[in-house]
Amino acid sequence: MTTALSDPVGLDVPFHARGPLSAAVLASPAGPPVDVDLLALAQRVSLEAADPLTDDDIQLSLFCLYAASYGLFPQIAPEREWDPGLIAARRVLESAVESALRVRVAAVPVPEPRRDSVAAALFELTSEDAGPSLSRFIAKKATRDQVREFLIHRSVYTLREADPHSWAIPRLTGAPKAALVEIQSDEYGGGRADRVHATVFAKAMRGAGLDDDYGHYLDAIPAVTLASFNAMSMFGLNGRLIGAIVGHLAAFEMTSSIPNRLYGDGLRRLGYGEDVLDYFDEHVEADAVHEQIAGRDLAGSLAEERPELVADIMFGAASCLLLDGAIGAHMLECWTAGASSLRDGSPR
Amino acid sequence: MSEPRVTVTPCPDGPLLVRGPFEIIGDDGEPIPRRRRTVALCRCGMSTIKPYCDGTHKITGFRAD
Repeated sequence: MTTALSDPVGLDVPFHARGPLSAAVLASPAGPPVDVDLLALAQRVSLEAADPLTDDDIQLSLFCLYAASYGLFPQIAPEREWDPGLIAARRVLESAVESALRVRVAAVPVPEPRRDSVAAALFELTSEDAGPSLSRFIAKKATRDQVREFLIHRSVYTLREADPHSWAIPRLTGAPKAALVEIQSDEYGGGRADRVHATVFAKAMRGAGLDDDYGHYLDAIPAVTLASFNAMSMFGLNGRLIGAIVGHLAAFEMTSSIPNRLYGDGLRRLGYGEDVLDYFDEHVEADAVHEQIAGRDLAGSLAEERPELVADIMFGAASCLLLDGAIGAHMLECWTAGASSLRDGSPR
Repeated sequence: MSEPRVTVTPCPDGPLLVRGPFEIIGDDGEPIPRRRRTVALCRCGMSTIKPYCDGTHKITGFRAD
């Protein structure tokens, strides 16, 4: 894989910058670059971007800024999480991304702030999801190379599965908190380290002949895929977006069981073994539980407690569908054209 | 501490959520493996992983009432 040896990037991370902004974000291990006005650069790049949701430089920069909060890479020091210069730039980029999302999902209906009506609205919204076309393609037609690409796209989030939503736990109280912890406990294996979903996914990657080191394939990951993970991180890390991260989780769970069954069908068709199938089979059962808890006990109860959050719950849900739908559409579009959906175009 | 309860929650137009200390016994008398604390039992009859729910009720238009 690529190294940063001949690269202007200062941090020795396992991927390359994608423009002046991400180069500046990665220029100095300590924090913002010394010779560049990062804030001004972030403002300029945000203004000039045709679409912040698919802009490689913006999405990789955000990803690198969030990486410090998660501890994704040992090269990106945790001190960077609270560096005022990096946070200032991050807020400019977040503002651009959030605005783009709000414009695009403005039409989503906002239900009454009742448990049943919010759950019903979320199930209704997610029933219109266009996403299953990717899962149907994988079930029936995808090649082994395409399945490996699919796993590489998924790895950005899934090797840290559930973590973006866990930021919300201390920001909730009572019934919604109990519901979120019930879901997350299951995501984290219910006390069994080998059943942590991220660990089960890492096993699936190895079973498919892929490297499960976080970031190993990052240079190949397009902005559209980074945007999905970044939006979750933005919703989770910003307390003011608590409604959005809750709605995001509800929509994510509600669009999981049936697609995962279809992914499993495709993986069986291609002859993958139990080590790869385990993750997908697990999610057919798990997420049929989680979607009920997320719709009613989490999102519905939160809406009753804090009616002012209903619009953001729906915003988060619609953003999830928009962003994950875009990744699916990107994969299908590339594959239909006989191309790779990865950035450097070479199937791994 | 009192004995933990078993609770069954019928989800509108969806599965039964079961929580607490319980076992599901198959027709052969053997316990059906349970992999999580809270399970969703199929109520529409269409699940591919019965007795557990797989979300199929959402595409078949199952109504509980």
